[in-house]
Amino acid sequence: MLDKTAENGEFKYVGTRPQRPDGVDKVTGRARFGADMVMPGMLVGKVLRSPHAHAKIKSIDTSAAEALKGVKAVITAADLTADVPEAEYDTMVNCIAHGKALYDGHGVAAVAATSQAIANKALKLIKVDYEVLPHVTDVEEACKDDAPLLHDNIFTEGLEEEPTTPSNISGRVQFGHGDVEKGFAAADTIVERKFRTEATHQGYIEPHACVGNLSADGTGELWCCTQGHYMVRNSCAAILGIDISRLRVTASEIGGGFGGKTTIFIEPIALALSRKAGRPVKVVMTRDEVFRATGPTSSASMWIKIGAKSDGTITAMEGLLKYQGGAFKGTWVSLGCMTAFACYRADHMKTVGYDVLVNRPRAAAYRAPGAPMAAFAVESVVTELAEKLGIDPLEFRLQNAAKEGDQSSYGPKHRAHGLIETLETAKAHEHYNTPLGPNQGRGIACGFWFNFGGQTSTSLNVGADGTVNISVGTVDVGGSRASMCLMVAEELGVPYEKVRCVVADTSSLGHNDTTDGSRTTFASGMALILSARDAKQKLCARAAKIWEIPEEAVEWVDGHARPAGPNAGEFDPMSLAEIAGKAETTGGPIAGHHEYNARGAGVSFATHMVDTEVDPDTGRVTVLRYTVIQDAGKAVHPAYVEGQFQGGAVQGIGWAINEEYIYGEDGRLQNPGFLDYRIPVASDLPMIDTVIIENPNKGHPYGVRGVGETSIVPPMAAIANSVSAAAGVRMTELPMSPPRVLKAMDDAKA
Amino acid sequence: MSQIHVQTTINGDETEFLCDAEETLLDALRDKLGLTGAKEGCGTGDCGACSVTVDGRLVCSCLVLGAEAHGREITTIEGMANGEELHPLQQKFLDHAALQCGICTPGFLVAAKALLDRNPNPTETEVRYWLAGNLCRCTGYDKIIRAVMDTAAEMRGA
Amino acid sequence: MRFEAPTTVEAAVSLLAAETGMARVLAGGTDLLVQMKSGMAEPDLVVDIKRIDAMHEITPEDGGFRIGAAVPGIALGEHEGVKAAWPGVVEGTELIGSTQIQGRATMVGNLCNCSPAADSVPAMAAAGAIARVAGPDGSRDVPVEEIAAGPGKSNLAKGEMVDSVFLPARPANAGDAYLRFIPRTEMDIAVVGCGVNLVLDGDGTCSEARVALGAVAARVFLVPEAAEALVGTKVDDAALDALAAACSAAATPIDDKRGTVEFRKKVAGVLARRAATIARDRAKGSA
Repeated sequence: MLDKTAENGEFKYVGTRPQRPDGVDKVTGRARFGADMVMPGMLVGKVLRSPHAHAKIKSIDTSAAEALKGVKAVITAADLTADVPEAEYDTMVNCIAHGKALYDGHGVAAVAATSQAIANKALKLIKVDYEVLPHVTDVEEACKDDAPLLHDNIFTEGLEEEPTTPSNISGRVQFGHGDVEKGFAAADTIVERKFRTEATHQGYIEPHACVGNLSADGTGELWCCTQGHYMVRNSCAAILGIDISRLRVTASEIGGGFGGKTTIFIEPIALALSRKAGRPVKVVMTRDEVFRATGPTSSASMWIKIGAKSDGTITAMEGLLKYQGGAFKGTWVSLGCMTAFACYRADHMKTVGYDVLVNRPRAAAYRAPGAPMAAFAVESVVTELAEKLGIDPLEFRLQNAAKEGDQSSYGPKHRAHGLIETLETAKAHEHYNTPLGPNQGRGIACGFWFNFGGQTSTSLNVGADGTVNISVGTVDVGGSRASMCLMVAEELGVPYEKVRCVVADTSSLGHNDTTDGSRTTFASGMALILSARDAKQKLCARAAKIWEIPEEAVEWVDGHARPAGPNAGEFDPMSLAEIAGKAETTGGPIAGHHEYNARGAGVSFATHMVDTEVDPDTGRVTVLRYTVIQDAGKAVHPAYVEGQFQGGAVQGIGWAINEEYIYGEDGRLQNPGFLDYRIPVASDLPMIDTVIIENPNKGHPYGVRGVGETSIVPPMAAIANSVSAAAGVRMTELPMSPPRVLKAMDDAKA
Repeated sequence: MSQIHVQTTINGDETEFLCDAEETLLDALRDKLGLTGAKEGCGTGDCGACSVTVDGRLVCSCLVLGAEAHGREITTIEGMANGEELHPLQQKFLDHAALQCGICTPGFLVAAKALLDRNPNPTETEVRYWLAGNLCRCTGYDKIIRAVMDTAAEMRGA
Repeated sequence: MRFEAPTTVEAAVSLLAAETGMARVLAGGTDLLVQMKSGMAEPDLVVDIKRIDAMHEITPEDGGFRIGAAVPGIALGEHEGVKAAWPGVVEGTELIGSTQIQGRATMVGNLCNCSPAADSVPAMAAAGAIARVAGPDGSRDVPVEEIAAGPGKSNLAKGEMVDSVFLPARPANAGDAYLRFIPRTEMDIAVVGCGVNLVLDGDGTCSEARVALGAVAARVFLVPEAAEALVGTKVDDAALDALAAACSAAATPIDDKRGTVEFRKKVAGVLARRAATIARDRAKGSA
């Protein structure tokens, strides 16, 4: 597939840093995000949420709310469809509890009213009779035999023997190759440790928001901030019992997602309220609702064991990962298991994962879901093992790094990738060779993410003036429209400014999978390159028609159709604009399109390096310097690639040092706000240096690899290695908050 | 309870609106006046996405009552560009790719302008502390800080 | 809810006194509006005091300064006179929230919110600041550390409001400082706060000292044993050790989402030591 590289043909547009097409709207306040939409006659919708971590809903009395002047609709679980497909059942129940509230913040009922004040008043008038049940929020506690059981119909899947009693452990998975016992027997030194991480939130600044407008005949429209409007359409249609073709979903500009907007929370509620009220309904979450009811990660309890020979060769790697996924099945523990040892080559690897249910919000994807916590544990042990062996941790990683042809930890053999280049670059980097001061430490860590392809549909239309419109169905979260325009400009040979990209609604393009898995620049980009090639063929055919020569005697060079072969030089080349101007008389509009299930996504590896200083009297960690080195395959818009590296690193810094979900004894979330859920602020950080490695992905015409997710995989481990060096004690729990670090230092002294 | 009649100046224009006593300036701007450039990220003054200035002071409009705006001068992101001409900060944010999703961008621009109006030559540390109340989850702040520093340098004629 | 914006203190006080339901004073609003948003406070009356001219003033008085209840943090930080006399008090106020919060939040509001973690209060208490309370029966003066009764609860009577705070005159060779511990560099509530105010005599011996702690008890409080550890010393290492030990011993914190008992007790001593060092150096004129 790879047919254009820096070596074989200079890129003209790809690799430059032009202004993004949506830029002016975003710096002037004109860009319309989820909450910015207004529809005529619009009502305000609000959701009543459970104050209990675990409670049976004995009855709900909505009569007083319905009687309040200005209230136009009240819904409960009874207003959603009874025969939802199994695949959407949990999603529906997560939006509105069915019979049992499963976590603090779980939706129970909703109202639509003529104003926010009336809606809030109506919520207080809904009487819910709860029978409070014992709850469990800790992953290890939930695994115990006497733990409160969340669901009496869930039995552990993946066990050799089919269980006869229900369990909070919903599944067991295993990955690996070889025989770890044999591998450990061959080791001279073994390190094993337990690790714990707390749940974190994606922390997007834009709360979930939507406006739904659904008629009694099942025809509707929905405006919402989401990473995947096709996903929203399909899920909402299933939950409301309507045809997917009748629901048109338009994705607003999205104020961050990071995986947290890959599912639905309020969208079917807005639509159900609208159907009942006969008017459009806007639902906007408060920040409190975002923290209590949407997308945290799993918290995790992990054990890692790695053995090596005294020459530094790793002989075996083994891990046990327990991730809680909130109150519903399906964590990303499989991906944790698959990625845990992906950076290494070893003959014997084994990871076992448990998927655990607790009374917390349903875990949603968060940037490389499942991978960062596993990497924290593994990369901590890798560094500790290197230190025990007396080998530099970077050299130890180089020595054991997975290469092309090696058996990967997750199944297939490794194809060409840039891991070794990231490590070599780190080794030669000035950062790595700069001396440290007192109470300071340096840590490195590697990270991996698969990247995905997925179902994709794009179209391209050539305008009469020779400008080009492209339509994608993948939401632009971080500037991808600029990258799309660059790739089409490159392929057609027209200036970047002549190409404009829109994110089309669900009725305008074929199905597109959600913007996730770092797939958009790869998969929509490749579909657009193929759409452009489709259009080029048609442009050449039109030129052939004008010149009255055979189609195959025309080639496309540098934005022009040019006679080739025996006709070469016979006619002056025709520009895209000239051909487009004659389209009406040569056969009508000129367009290209492509639909596929994209394959060939290239993996991306990174090496991160960080210096921290630990205050010996308070345990406070300061990040002094940070460098990200990552393989991008080919950086289409390098500024936005750097931005992905920097953003992922800083989210990792937050996860490492201060971010955590804190639950009280009562099972209620203690910190549902940005005051006490402490994401990094500007003054906490240094500049984040970046180095882009370009090891082309052979599965993409230009060599592009996804870049968005890998950058959050190494930071917690790199910081843990750095803080452990600075504090003089191995840190095994996240976040490494001041009380935790100070206690570890005091305990080590004692 | 009847609504409060507020007369105020927004981005230089004399403006009137009616609001409930509890209603915030942010809600009045967004819902009554259609000025949706200021965003509600938290509603508690922790994120800065709703930043505006009131009589020249930078504030979170989610922590100001609409009624308090009476007789005051408000500026919002919508008043930052001069017609077609972007403010240098707006242009530098684009040049430096200082935004990804863009939801925090209006707040950062309003806050950064308030800084440069007061201190045309801030250090990196001063920029970082001044903007500590503006949360960005996408960029890691690096390119934002660079864009502000570069704007300051350009506006000083350096 | 009713919104009123009177132009005199007397009018404000009579509105507050006459309200039969819940009445709240609105200065910067950075606590009140958050409480209203969360449903923690549902006032029937909000009295905006920012239309009262005197509330915006910083006035020299008896060699010190009287600071109006509606002076926002940013305006206090712009006042060279107060900054020179009471740098610790100004810094404490400036630590409250973001730049945006500084555009609104006031020292008096921070005091009257009665949070044990209020950043401006330990420095004010160490400074010996006096709050002037206006009420239906006239004015009274109250030491700032006596305004709070407990978390979120004040000792003010119905109809009363604090209209200003008085910071006294400074002798020569005096210095103050406030430090707080937070996990991040900004935007957090103090996990521990410590204000130190001291005066040195001609040879550098500490003649007077006041030390106050925040966020380690139900309200901000003075620690006389800590002050005694400094008086009569050159504020040397031994004195600082005694000061730290006294502060750690005096702290009676709770375990919560912001920190543990163990951590807070220890850090109370660490901060006291660091704050006293800054105050001492300021008194010597070297900082």
